[in-house]
Amino acid sequence: MAKKLMKGNEAIAAAAINAGCRYYFGYPITPQNEVLEYLSRELPKAGGVCLQAESEVAAINMVYGAAGAGARVLTSSSSPGISLMQEGISYIAGAELPCVLVNIMRAGPGLGGVQPAQADYFQATKGGGHGDYRVLVLAPASLQEAADLTQLAFDLADIYRNPVMVLADGMIGQLMEPVELSPYRPAARMAPKDWATTGTAASAGRRRVISSFYLYPEQLEQHVRAIYAKYAAMEKNEARYELHQCDDADVVIVAYGTTSRIARSAIEKCRRLGMRAGLLRPITLYPFPFAAFEEVVARPRAFLVVEMSMGQMLDDVKIAVAGRRPISFYGRTGGIVPTPDEVVKQVRAILEGGGP
Amino acid sequence: MAPTPTSSAGPARENPPPPEVVFDENLCKGCELCVTVCPTKVLKLDTSRVNLRGYFPAIVYNLALCSGCGSCARICPDSVITVRR
Amino acid sequence: MKVVYQKSAGLTDVPLHYCPGCTHGIIHKLVAESLVELDVLGRAILVAPVGCAVFAYDYFNCDAQEAAHGRAPAVATGIKRVHPGAIVFTYQGDGDLASIGTAEIVHAAMRGENITVIFVNNAIYGMTGGQMAPTTLVGQQTTTSPLGRSLLGQGGPLHVCEMLATIGATAYVTRVSVHNVPRLAAAKRAIKKAFQMQMQNKGFSLVEVLSTCPTNWGMSPVQAMRWVEQTMVPVYPLGVYKDIEGGS
Repeated sequence: MAKKLMKGNEAIAAAAINAGCRYYFGYPITPQNEVLEYLSRELPKAGGVCLQAESEVAAINMVYGAAGAGARVLTSSSSPGISLMQEGISYIAGAELPCVLVNIMRAGPGLGGVQPAQADYFQATKGGGHGDYRVLVLAPASLQEAADLTQLAFDLADIYRNPVMVLADGMIGQLMEPVELSPYRPAARMAPKDWATTGTAASAGRRRVISSFYLYPEQLEQHVRAIYAKYAAMEKNEARYELHQCDDADVVIVAYGTTSRIARSAIEKCRRLGMRAGLLRPITLYPFPFAAFEEVVARPRAFLVVEMSMGQMLDDVKIAVAGRRPISFYGRTGGIVPTPDEVVKQVRAILEGGGP
Repeated sequence: MAPTPTSSAGPARENPPPPEVVFDENLCKGCELCVTVCPTKVLKLDTSRVNLRGYFPAIVYNLALCSGCGSCARICPDSVITVRR
Repeated sequence: MKVVYQKSAGLTDVPLHYCPGCTHGIIHKLVAESLVELDVLGRAILVAPVGCAVFAYDYFNCDAQEAAHGRAPAVATGIKRVHPGAIVFTYQGDGDLASIGTAEIVHAAMRGENITVIFVNNAIYGMTGGQMAPTTLVGQQTTTSPLGRSLLGQGGPLHVCEMLATIGATAYVTRVSVHNVPRLAAAKRAIKKAFQMQMQNKGFSLVEVLSTCPTNWGMSPVQAMRWVEQTMVPVYPLGVYKDIEGGS
């Protein structure tokens, strides 16, 4: 299949259709409106339903209903809208339903700004909604990866019966790059959705009830522990990361998404200037790729975490490094995207200053 | 006094059997809605005992006056009553 | 002997947890009987609310999905769009539908979602212990209107049928009551008609059922039914507010 020049939001939407998603419920919010608009045009052509809901609250509940009815279903929003969806996401996780969520992050908190940010890491990986649950979080760094990870997201959601989030930022959402939508190949082990509501006539009289309500504490504990067994499996099997030029790096930059691309350019420049920098790029943010740090921790003098936030992934890096190496942090916020030169300056400061 | 004349055509007319009103008694919560809607007032709570839920259960105390209309069964929120006639 | 009345096959064997005399039990029966008589029980999918009827999915003999408070019309939308042939219905109280769920019910009606909404209006929040509802009458005492609801500041009764009837894509909007057997029978006819509207893809249907809450009204079940007849009906007139088939 030929590469097509697409906008990030559209690439994600097209990938969803490619992966068999036929239901989308969403609400306009900058900078992800192209997802909703693309699907408004294209999803009906594919025999699907694209519905603009009255709010993100309604949208996530439509997702919940459609997921409970056994469909592959997508929603997308940006930071403040994802905040509105948290109750629904908790219900989806509690009821063990699959769905794919896309967050095209913008600056916050509150109404914030519309420019790119990475300040929803905590929200995405540490809960966001109430109760014990996790969301599997995939963080693409390019449009091709966004398309590929969106397709993977549907499979992982079905396999684990859990919400999966594609966490991108406004830069990735708005960028235009060549994207190739490969023929979709589902992951091997797809169980039939024999838990979905269909009407008892279609299930040989067996009633199906989708619920996350357990009034007896013993039952609820058992239920939550069973869900956490799935997270243990996710942590074991689904952590993904990329290492770039870490073998001889004196400073390993830890960055994801758009920031990792900036880091890559910075590393190129560092190397030209005689500074040996490398990149550790988490691709899954939950499960966090602790194994990547085990591979790398012995080598550099220091880690440099770069985020478009005040430091959220930073906490997980500290856990991963476990005090074995010093960690520096460089963050921009408010919607500001750092330049490679800013990162180069940070690397130099670490190498010349002898530490953070 | 002359004897009451009997009908000259066919056998004496038989009374129809009374309706069957059956209570799944342990579902009753003693709310008395059935008592209130009965048009012939044949229902009451049996205050001499309680059911397994601790309520005075509703009973028919005068089946002879029951018309088998089923109003009691229709209004019972807990589907306690089955009526046949 | 022929059966005059027996428990509907549309209900499960689980005993209802509702208070003695609570009209939820009656309304559950009317819905269950309607689904059975229309022969659609096998393709019915219930969306259960948050409120006293949170366990509705234990009582109806069909598939069900629990919804977050107020969100049932949105959840129902998701289900109906995936299963257009299913008979999707929500069952919601006045907190669920007229307070937190106001946006969802208005917009489901606005879109003409082919679903049926059973709206149980008892002018109070039952499950949580008797707080004021949007449907609480002016002057009515509740735990959050201890001096009686005041129109200015706390508000007056929200007339859901009247409001939704103004929305173009609604097909059938009606208010009924179950406070005596004739009213109950009329309520069942309305509920059946609402389901038939959905079966014919006519658009959005809603049946508002004036209901009791003996426990939180501080009345016996019999007194509560009288209160509906004497005090609620004048504020919430029974009748058909919208019927695209022209009935009244």
